[in-house]
Amino acid sequence: MILQLDHIRKSYPLPGGGTVQILDVPNLNVDVGEQVVLLGQSGGGKTTLLHIIAGITTPDSGSVLLDGIEMTKLSEQGRDRVRAAKLGYVFQTFNLLPGFTALENVRLGMTFGSGKHDISRAIRLLERVGLGDRLHYKPSQLSVGQQQRISVARALANRPRLLLADEPTANVDAANQQKIIELIRQTCQEEQIALIMVTHDLKLAQQFPRVERLEQLNRVLQSVAS
Amino acid sequence: MNLLLIAWRNMQQRGLSSWLTIFSMALGVTLVVIVLAISGVVTESFQRNSSVGYNIIVGAKGSPLQLTLNTVFYLSRPVENVPYAYFLEFQPGKGREAAWKSIGGRMANPERPGKYSRYMAGGFAVPVCLGDYFGPFRVVGTTPDFFNNLRYGEAGDMEYRFADGRNFQEHTPENGYFEAVIGSRAASEMKVRVGDKVSPTHGNPEGEGHGDKFTIVGVLAPTGTPNDRALFINMEGFYLMDKHSLPPGEVEKTEKESGLTYVDSTGTAASLGLPAKLPIHQREVTAILVKPGGESGILAANMQQNINESLQAQAASPIREIATMLTMFVQPIQFALLVLTILVCLVSAIAILVSIYNSMSERRRDIAVMRALGARRDVVLAIILAESVLIALSGGLIGWVMGHGIAAIASPWVEDQTGIQVSFFTINIWEWTLIPGIVLLAIGAGLIPAFSAYRTDVSRNLSA
Repeated sequence: MILQLDHIRKSYPLPGGGTVQILDVPNLNVDVGEQVVLLGQSGGGKTTLLHIIAGITTPDSGSVLLDGIEMTKLSEQGRDRVRAAKLGYVFQTFNLLPGFTALENVRLGMTFGSGKHDISRAIRLLERVGLGDRLHYKPSQLSVGQQQRISVARALANRPRLLLADEPTANVDAANQQKIIELIRQTCQEEQIALIMVTHDLKLAQQFPRVERLEQLNRVLQSVAS
Repeated sequence: MNLLLIAWRNMQQRGLSSWLTIFSMALGVTLVVIVLAISGVVTESFQRNSSVGYNIIVGAKGSPLQLTLNTVFYLSRPVENVPYAYFLEFQPGKGREAAWKSIGGRMANPERPGKYSRYMAGGFAVPVCLGDYFGPFRVVGTTPDFFNNLRYGEAGDMEYRFADGRNFQEHTPENGYFEAVIGSRAASEMKVRVGDKVSPTHGNPEGEGHGDKFTIVGVLAPTGTPNDRALFINMEGFYLMDKHSLPPGEVEKTEKESGLTYVDSTGTAASLGLPAKLPIHQREVTAILVKPGGESGILAANMQQNINESLQAQAASPIREIATMLTMFVQPIQFALLVLTILVCLVSAIAILVSIYNSMSERRRDIAVMRALGARRDVVLAIILAESVLIALSGGLIGWVMGHGIAAIASPWVEDQTGIQVSFFTINIWEWTLIPGIVLLAIGAGLIPAFSAYRTDVSRNLSA
């Protein structure tokens, strides 16, 4: 098992006092190499859940076991190290650093981990995503679809065990959406990387073997619906 | 990718802002380098001039600093004069009596040895008479011993040499007593050379001309001392000029007040086959440059004490007075200038702080992305500090090159004015503190924006 979530709860404070509960997830397990889609509408806590899995934020209670490591028991620095070593993250808005070239953005993905900084892997990844001839282009010189492909390459740079993709096609035009999804699926399959992809698009979700509906996963949404 | 490359890319992304702050730091460092260079030249110039080849300047009672300024640097006005007979007190052996017989005139107790002759075996005393001008340059009436005995240079061991011609002599058949030697700067600015005849003016540069003409027989090679900027005339000719002798009434008054019996000389210059000289009792000197005999400085110190305890004159140590001048006047100014330039660098460092801090709001997402990729808080802090240090060091390097470039461009003028050579690679020892200083400034300037980056909320800024 690459990921085990157990009774994850998360609340946020309200400006006027009090708190609002965002997440109440009793259980979510993901196997090594498994591809899972979390399907749900905006505001359902999808991004918060991904941030908790990535160790960017901590749950109020519950357990996050990532590749055998209990993330909730680690310090912030410890979580940063695990994220650098074991996780890849594809953002909804690409989040490429504008001052860096395509190659440098991919290399950033392997900069902060303790593993080998392999420039040739970065080049191969960019070739894999079809941008081998755009290594030294800055994001402003590339199309939206090309930028998202660089984002995917960056997420894979550090040979993660688990790839988190937060609405990876939300800001991509229809023509490129399918290409991005195919790229993510195939690359994860080839490299035996587990995948958790968050989306609101049912058509995209149905391409994956396992789809978890957030309304069924998150008891907060169930109590809101009722 | 290492942190320095990330910092460098961040700088490039804010190109104009980065270059403006680099330029402001460069200006600050340029000023520091120039001030240090000037400080070095001034200090070396003073050190060169403090080794004058003699230990003591003897002159009328008054300020030792003024006596030194006037005698060594030809600045300020001369203190009162002392009688020529007082200069003869420094002649070794029977020199006092010999001078009385060869010059002529009246003197008290001519046969006795000079009061300070016991200190002078192996030493020398050179008289100087000041007060006249040649254009803006001082005229120094003295003897050929000025260039034969005195030395200059930091170690006080360099002999005076002539770029053209020779030293003047006390008397020659062609020029009589009216020979002169001129310093290199004075010759160049007044456009005179060997063979030219020059006429000093009395009292100030626009004063009444004497009418007597001196023939320039030598042009000094550059020495880097104030002697480059003076005209040296034979003292015998100096005394024969109008208004350079004591009036008879004043001489009688002096003799009466002394209570001593003055005796007329049994010889004169004529008895040696020379033209008449001004008699001893009508002569005065402005200062006497004295180097006692012996290697030890004890004789000089004893003599100096004896002279200062007397009522007639004072003895100043040029080394001490020059060192005092350096410490009391020059060094505080140098220090103030240096503080000012360091303040400029401080202002530049604040510019770096403001520039990077103002960019932080635009960069929150970038920082959040790096954190999401696994960068720890201390890593993003280090990246911002690295950026600050890179900006400061870039400015420092450019400023160093600019400062030394300016010094190199000005070096011909500096060498001309002071004799000191300055090149692009002339480095003041304090410049070694520039790099550590700049790095410290940069770290200080970068801390506030770095801590802002450190505290970035990753989750909120990723979603923004």
